[in-house]
Amino acid sequence: MSSPLALDVADLSKKYGDRMALSHANFEVPMGSICGFVGPNGSGKTTTIRMLLGLITPTTGGGHVLGESITEPEKYLPRVGAMIEGPAFYPALSGFQNLNVLARIGGFKTESIAGLLDLVGLGDRGDSKYKTYSLGMKQRLGIAAALLPNPKLLVLDEPTNGLDPAGIHEIRTLLRKLADSGTTVFVSSHLLSEIEVISDHLVMLRLGKVIFSGKTSDLLAKQQPVIVAKPENTSDLTKLVQIATAAGHEAVVIENTVHVTGTSDFSAKLNKAAFEAGITLESLTPVKASLEETFFEMTGE
Amino acid sequence: MWNVFRAELTKLRRPSLSVSTLLAVTFVTSLITSVLFLLVDSPEGNGERGVRIGRDVLSLPTGISLSFTNTAGLLGVVALCVFAAQTAQEYTYGTLRNLLVRQPSRMKILLGKLGAMKLFAIVMVTFSAIVGIALSYLFAGVKDISTQAWSTSDAKTAVWHSFINVLIATIGYGIFGMILGLLFRSPISAISIGVIWNLIFEGLLSAFVKNIDRYFPGQLLSTVATGGTDRISYQYALFTSYAFLLVGLAIVAFLFKKRDVAN
Repeated sequence: MSSPLALDVADLSKKYGDRMALSHANFEVPMGSICGFVGPNGSGKTTTIRMLLGLITPTTGGGHVLGESITEPEKYLPRVGAMIEGPAFYPALSGFQNLNVLARIGGFKTESIAGLLDLVGLGDRGDSKYKTYSLGMKQRLGIAAALLPNPKLLVLDEPTNGLDPAGIHEIRTLLRKLADSGTTVFVSSHLLSEIEVISDHLVMLRLGKVIFSGKTSDLLAKQQPVIVAKPENTSDLTKLVQIATAAGHEAVVIENTVHVTGTSDFSAKLNKAAFEAGITLESLTPVKASLEETFFEMTGE
Repeated sequence: MWNVFRAELTKLRRPSLSVSTLLAVTFVTSLITSVLFLLVDSPEGNGERGVRIGRDVLSLPTGISLSFTNTAGLLGVVALCVFAAQTAQEYTYGTLRNLLVRQPSRMKILLGKLGAMKLFAIVMVTFSAIVGIALSYLFAGVKDISTQAWSTSDAKTAVWHSFINVLIATIGYGIFGMILGLLFRSPISAISIGVIWNLIFEGLLSAFVKNIDRYFPGQLLSTVATGGTDRISYQYALFTSYAFLLVGLAIVAFLFKKRDVAN
């Protein structure tokens, strides 16, 4: 039996004039997962998020959020927390007052505000005006605002923008904790290394089209792993390429190493063949394709 | 809607807006009252467009609220600016998307905001009335104008009528500002176009084209504030000005409901 879905879209499109911002998108996000939403600038990520949140009307198609149709956002938005296209607040109000405004509008308890400010590391700056915040602090306030409804689904657009490495680590830990407690996290980011670390599901866009939707591990498994061999003597590079090619593997020289396409099983065979040919290897490392490499390969960027 | 109303009050209460608005109200009320009383004997006149309002008129029961009534036009400009800025800044700050995620019913957002801004207008007009009446007593003493009739029941009725009329006019100007704010989605554009329309376009045309002020919402709201004139009745001014405003509000509300929030 398939797991229940937090999000599903079918044939979702948005056209602005002659330009197709999103074209017939289909994807699903299982409940309780962390789903990375990636794509180059202008690929339609924010347009999709806006349609899911009822801010813009789809040209065609539809979808469901937490089991409710996206044509009726009032039915699911009270259970959704969102930060879209970066934080946006009233500059003359403090962080606390800004959250207070949103809590009142949503009918949420204002007692939780202090705790949320502490959670995102703004406990001691809650009374400062928003306009005095650094980019990282604004981002943290945006995340606190998204958490106001104690959401079942958290939609975050580039949540780690402007955060320092410690801040990025904190947010990563927080998202994992939320997912473990049953919250579905749908997060767009251009930091693919971050997405690779935290997401167990992935939706990839290019030029308004979904080019991958599924488990992150499935995507990475599709990519050919590479073995990087470094001979002690650089004059052996060509000979090493010939050995690998003769065994039926693609091999290229990159700087002082040979990159051989193949699984880690071939490492031992390559090592043995190199030894028999009188080549001493300084290092032999099987490398799995990263999400970034996979992404660039798939998007052709 | 009630939640939006309460949230909007949090924004309106911020000192940078509330204190500066009350200072502006104090300034315009003081200006109009001082001109009305301190220039009572001036041959250039002491009323709008050089009209002379004599000691005999100021001594009447209506004299107590005359300065406050004359302030309506400028109070309207203040309300127009506040309503326009509060509406349009949701677009420029990008906060509208936050509001709509928390309250997807756009009509509730609009009505809640309008309700809170009306309350803000009530505070503004009340403050102006208090300042205007207090200064009227002060300046009447300085210029030796009789205030005997100001404590009669007729005077109380006049104050009450003036308050209601000025309030209706001020809220009308505010709604005009809100319409412009929703239409132009930029505080600077909305305020500048609103002020230019009211003070320059309507004002100039009304001065040179006979009876054209019967069709201008700003001029009609001024007429409402004064309780009607010889040429334009109170009922006509009230009905026509608010008909204009309600049609305008319905159009921008429709646009607000249907328009994509893409910023």
